[in-house]
Amino acid sequence: MNGSNQEYTHRTIERVARESYGRLVAYLSVHTHDLASAEDALSNALVSALNHWPQDGVPKNPEAWLLTAARHSLIDVIRHQKVVLESEPTLKFLTENSTETTLSTQFPDERLKLLFVCAHPAIDPAMHTPLMLQTVLGLDAARIAQAFLIAPKTMGQRLFRAKTKIRSGGIPFEIPPERDLPERLDAVLEAIYAAFGLGWDDMAGADQRGRDLAEEAMWLARVLLQLMPGEAEVQGLLALMLYCEARRAARRDAKGRYVPLSEQNPNQWSLPLIEEAEHHLAEAFKHGRVGRFQVEAAIQSVHAERARTGRTDWTAIVLFYEQLLRISPALGTRAGYAAALAEANGPAAGLAVLESIDTEAVSHYQPYWAVRAHLLQRLGKTREATDAYDRAIGLAEDPAVREFLLHKRG
Amino acid sequence: MQFALLIYHSPEEFAMRKNDYSDPHLGAWRAYYKALVEAKVYVGANALELPETGTTVRVKEGKRRVQDGPYADTKEQLAGFIILELPSVDAALEWAARCPGASIGAVEVRPLAPEAMRRGFTG
Repeated sequence: MNGSNQEYTHRTIERVARESYGRLVAYLSVHTHDLASAEDALSNALVSALNHWPQDGVPKNPEAWLLTAARHSLIDVIRHQKVVLESEPTLKFLTENSTETTLSTQFPDERLKLLFVCAHPAIDPAMHTPLMLQTVLGLDAARIAQAFLIAPKTMGQRLFRAKTKIRSGGIPFEIPPERDLPERLDAVLEAIYAAFGLGWDDMAGADQRGRDLAEEAMWLARVLLQLMPGEAEVQGLLALMLYCEARRAARRDAKGRYVPLSEQNPNQWSLPLIEEAEHHLAEAFKHGRVGRFQVEAAIQSVHAERARTGRTDWTAIVLFYEQLLRISPALGTRAGYAAALAEANGPAAGLAVLESIDTEAVSHYQPYWAVRAHLLQRLGKTREATDAYDRAIGLAEDPAVREFLLHKRG
Repeated sequence: MQFALLIYHSPEEFAMRKNDYSDPHLGAWRAYYKALVEAKVYVGANALELPETGTTVRVKEGKRRVQDGPYADTKEQLAGFIILELPSVDAALEWAARCPGASIGAVEVRPLAPEAMRRGFTG
């Protein structure tokens, strides 16, 4: 076999692994509730594919091939666990369905259930996103640990504990009943948005890890939208992420320096992404059930307007922030509201909003200090501004942001 | 619980402060210090002189061995340390990421030994 063929095979395996990972893990674990074993079985199947496909050629239905191989591996794993009596029904399920699903190209997509399991209220909220990244997207613990700023070994242990709880804690693999759905869906959306936020904050110049995670988050939102096409907030979240993603290239200048949103050149924004975002937001609004993510997307849509009109309608942004504060008065929302109000009604109005926030709550919160410093500077309160800049600089993690603030502090 | 942030610099980074002690990152360090104090997590800190000013002493079989330079022969050398009082290693890693030393070199986060053990040393 020649090199390019081999490369083709490897690329195919990578592509199938990426596209099918979550579907296969979900399908293999939906009856056993055993995510760790399903993942082990699937990784065995992928190793086996790497061994067989280059010689035998890529099978006609790669996903079904992987499923069959993973299923055999899973049967071995379960037999080795020596809990034969208990696992009898599982084994029966695995062997009975074997031929039937191999022959058909379709098997049920259980990823939605898996997403709800990952964001189940009985699981530590801090683990919702890592679980999704691992079980639905197949990211390894080391990469997840990097994004979360946690030692890889620790992240591995936490994932393991969470999976143990899923297996033995009676967490149902099901789509929540109607009355619980809004709250449960919210947890899923929060976890996806957290992944995007990590990718967003950590984008430091040439660093790829931020970008990757943001892409994974958008992929998850697209999967979710495909599974729940009627949910306005799912579409709102996707729109929000697309609006932000559209500005990625404009966030650094040619020398790698940080460029704040107000100074970005709209010509560098991605119009196709903005158009896609607009489409999703308009669709979401049609449902008439406004929620947090739709309002946040609406704020970003006003910013995006600058590409067409050359100006920012701060009054509209203030109104959306006021709506957002009624839905979720998070720290970030209040800081954003203060910044918008300062643009619309002057820095004193913005500062008054900041002053109403408990200082204990913001002692570690960098954006608060950055906004505060900016407003104090505009008001000519130089000494207080310098103090606030110092706090913002000291709390900054991104060297480009740190440089930008040092420069502004003067 | 207390954590040490051990700050490591490359030779290039040390070279920058060689002549006049004007560290190009001074502004960032000062701001970081301020943030630590304001967040009420700061216990203590200090910076070290250049690695080549170090001298390493060993006593083997009753004989003194003295060597020029630092103990470990590695590219990145200890440049200073910060002691912080924090609830968990997660918080310590967050502060390490904000440390200017993390973007110009490396910062190792190491918990201090438990107080009972430290008392054992000091009597």
